This record gives sequence, structure tokens and C-alpha cells, in this order.
Amino acid sequence: MIKVRNVYKTFYAKNKVEALVDVSMEVGRGEVVTIIGPSGSGKSTLLRCLNHLEAVDRGEILIDGIPLTDARTNINAVRAEVGMVFQSFNLFPHMTVLGNITIAQTKVRRRPREESEKIARNLLEKVGIPEKAQSYPSQLSGGQQQRVAIARALAMQPKIMLFDEPTSALDPEMIGEVLDVMKTLAREGMTICAVTHEMGFARTVCDSVVFMDEGRIVERGTPEEVFDNPVNDRTKLFLAQIL
Amino acid sequence: METLKNLTHSPRFRNTLSWIALFLILAGFVFGTFRTTQKVDYIWRWEKIPRYILFKDRSVIEVRDYATVTALDQRGSETIVVARNRSGGERYYTIPSDLVTVSIGDELRSGQILAKWERWKTGLLLQGLILTLKISLVSIALGILIGLFTGLARLSKSPAPKWLAIGYIELIRGTPLLVQIYIFYFFVGQIFSLSSFWAGALALSVFAGAYVAEIIRAGIQSIHKGQMEAARSLGMNYYLAMRYIILPQAFKRILPPLAGQFISLIKDSSLVGVIALVELTRAGREIGTSTFNYFEVFFTVAALYLILTFSLSMVVQFLERRFAVSD
Repeated sequence: MIKVRNVYKTFYAKNKVEALVDVSMEVGRGEVVTIIGPSGSGKSTLLRCLNHLEAVDRGEILIDGIPLTDARTNINAVRAEVGMVFQSFNLFPHMTVLGNITIAQTKVRRRPREESEKIARNLLEKVGIPEKAQSYPSQLSGGQQQRVAIARALAMQPKIMLFDEPTSALDPEMIGEVLDVMKTLAREGMTICAVTHEMGFARTVCDSVVFMDEGRIVERGTPEEVFDNPVNDRTKLFLAQIL
Repeated sequence: METLKNLTHSPRFRNTLSWIALFLILAGFVFGTFRTTQKVDYIWRWEKIPRYILFKDRSVIEVRDYATVTALDQRGSETIVVARNRSGGERYYTIPSDLVTVSIGDELRSGQILAKWERWKTGLLLQGLILTLKISLVSIALGILIGLFTGLARLSKSPAPKWLAIGYIELIRGTPLLVQIYIFYFFVGQIFSLSSFWAGALALSVFAGAYVAEIIRAGIQSIHKGQMEAARSLGMNYYLAMRYIILPQAFKRILPPLAGQFISLIKDSSLVGVIALVELTRAGREIGTSTFNYFEVFFTVAALYLILTFSLSMVVQFLERRFAVSD
């Protein structure tokens, strides 16, 4: 489903930062992968490269067989198949919850309004906040906002869902409600790539865990392998710090 | 003693005091103006002003000599009655179409009253006000359009639109509006044979567009970049994301500075008087030179501008309240 081959990405802000160095990985259909690693290790950059929010310098990324790195690829069509959930939710504040979930359906998928709204209401039911359809994002709690953001991404019926630290901006008591939605998705067979430090999520629903450091994939394995018997010293150090 | 101190320190007492101060300052200002005009020995003649806003047009059309109606030529709301007298000479009488009572072949007597009417007509000041309103509205609409495209071009990563936008903005902001109006009238207007109205309107639009572009650019940049990323990650292209996600949010934020810009534009439209457009200020000057009642005329002109700018402020406040529902 996702193939990443020898990808390089360097940022030139104040000084040169090598965000991704020769990164290769594969995610199969229905597989749930968690990317962990210290801050600045390139895990968010890798995720953002997967729907071309960042362009890679070198290497190749294939989404469902379509090369993102090819200039002829219609990037918007690929993005419509890849849902993304952000750390800071990024809901559209000038629209109601229903508007947030229907806008891309009507404008990108060109679905009729009634059908889009029906899908939106079903998704709100699924994420547990059907009563908030007419609210504005500013009237919701962080956990509710993130669940709306998930519903918004799901409304496009994507083949892949990317989660970029979806619970990092949430109060502790709201993390559970978002993780529950993610777990449900994972059980339903969605292909998921998530950057998260929720070890509970990683252990219970993940097929594999990727550990990144300084732009490189240092270790990859099942949750048991990576968490219980890490091979690499840096993985050991990192796990010792967060567990 | 303690109670007095409590009273003078209470917020309510201070508030009342402030209101009294405000009243005294305003009263002092009005009284001062009144005394000053008394000093310069000016005779106020406010009664001369209303006729320059609306006046009653009284007309009587009288037949000059014996004649026969040979033709009725209707032109818009007016009809020209053609009458031929016995020696073959023709006379033309222009009267409102709805007041025509004669028909072709009718004999007309000398002194016969062909038509008599009383109509309200717009005076010079009102005509000027209407022209100012018209040129301002045209310039605001075109200014938004130019500003939107220039603002977006200014944010483009590709050098051609970006540097064209920067060049245009710097050129317009770095030269006086009066000079721009002359250039549009004498140079651009000459080449494209524009009427003076369009020369003036285009000069104002191009001027406003440069400022609006900067306001729009700042508005778009103030929207968190996560909004664009979220929109793009849903598969929206640049146009859809701008149209439905970024610009609506930016517009809400730039409404106050945009309103300020357009209020300025209404006032700046007074400069197009130099290219033979009798807008409000020019109308005031013409009435002033013929009546010498400069005081009343320009107070009235100022009040009429205030009506325009205040209405615009009200419209913007209404829009701001409507956009505030999602906050």
C-alpha cells in the first residue's frame, strides 16, 4: 500500500537539517504501523511526505502503486485517498462541524449535499458526537475536535489514514476517546500510519513499530520485539526515557 | 469624610464625571465655533443651500406664434413638438411626454400654453454626491478585484507574478494619487479614449488595488498554515482551498482594515474633481464661487461625505457581526 524507497529530505532553515536520510519502509494493506522516536527524528516529516505536504529531495514514494514523486501524478487525486489527522486538529473554524465534514465531499468528490450530510452524520455517530453537527469547532473540547477531524478525513473514504501525533495536544482525560476511535478503525482493517507516543495504542493494535532517530529508521519490528527486546542502543535509551 | 472619599472613588461617580466632561468639551467646541464666526463678521445664509440639493423646477411652455403641429418626436421621457408657422418657419417645443395634449395637425394659437409643470430636480450638490457614490462604488469593486489578484500574485512562489505584483504595489504607493489621476486622464485616457469618469474610476481602482493587495496578503498570511495543509490533505486543489477555506477566514480578519481603506477611497475621490468630474467637492467649489457662501457649502459637503463614510462603516459592522457567529 505504501512503499518508501531511499528517501532523502533536507531542510535549509537557519542551518542545514537532514530530516530524512535514506529512509525505506513498506506498509501493507490493512497494516497498522506506529512511528516513534525523539523529537526532531524526522518521524513527522516522513508522515508529511506520504501525502506530499513535503516534497522529498531524492528517492521514491508509492501510494497504492502511484508514484508521488512523479511530476505527472495528480497529487490532489492521491491526497483524496489518503486521510490525514494533525496534532493541532486544523478544523476549519468558520464552518460548522457538518460543514467541515461535507466540504471536501461536495467540492472534491462532487457528491450531492444530502448524501454528503448523511455520510457526515453517520461518521459523527461513529466517533461518538452525533449531537455536535451544528456546533462550531470553537465550541468543542479538544478531544471532540480531534474526533471531528478524524471524521472529516474518513468522509473521503480514504484507503490510508495518517495520524500525526493526534493526542499530543489533548488533555489527558481526552486522549482515551480519540484512541478508541483509532482502535476501531484499526480493527476495521484500515491501513494506518501513526506518529504517536501512546504505547498502549502501539501495543494493542499495532502490527509493527518503527523507531526513528536523526532522520534514519533505526529499528523496526512487532511491538513486542521493539518494546520488550530492543536491539539498538538508541531505542533502548529512548524507551527507558518515555516508559 | 470617609463617605465622601468612598463616593469620589466609586467607579459610578467617575463615570458620571466623565460624561459631564464630554458634554462640556462638546458644548465648548460648538460655542467656540459660533463665536469665531461672529468675529469674522460672516452672514450665515443656510437657506441658500437646500436648492442645491433638491429644487422645484417650474416650467411653462407657451406657443410663440400661430402654427400647425407637423410632427411629435418622442425622445426618452421628453417629446419635441414641431410646429410650422404660416411663413414656413419651424419651432421646436420640448415637453415631458406624459404632458403632451396636442396631436399632429392641431392648430396652435400664439400665447397658448402647451404644457405647464412642476418637478423636483436634483441640485448640483446632490448630483455631485451621486457621482461620488458611483465612482466610489465602481472603484471599490474593481479595487477588491485588482487587490485580490495582486495579493495572491504577491504570495506566489513563482518570480513573474510575484515581482510584477511587488513592482505594481511599490509604483502605486510611491506616487501621489493626484499625479496618477492626471496620468490616467491625459495619458491612459488619451490612448484608450476613456471618458473622464472611467479615467477617474480606473485611477482610483488601481490606487486602491495596491493597498487592498497588501491588506489581503497580510490577511492570508495571518491564517495558520495548518488550514491550507488540512484543505490540501483532503484533496482540494489550490483554488478550492483558497476559495472555501483560506479566503473566507482571511476576509473576516481583514474587514476592519479594508473598511478603513474604502473610507479613505471615498474621501480620495474628491481629487477626481481636477479632471472635470463634478463630484461632491468640485460641486461645492462651483457653488462657492458663484454664491460666496463657502462656509455653509463646505459644511454641507463635509456632512454629505460623512453620510457616505458612516453608512459604509455601518455596513461593515453588520458584516463583522454576521461573521462573528463561529467565534
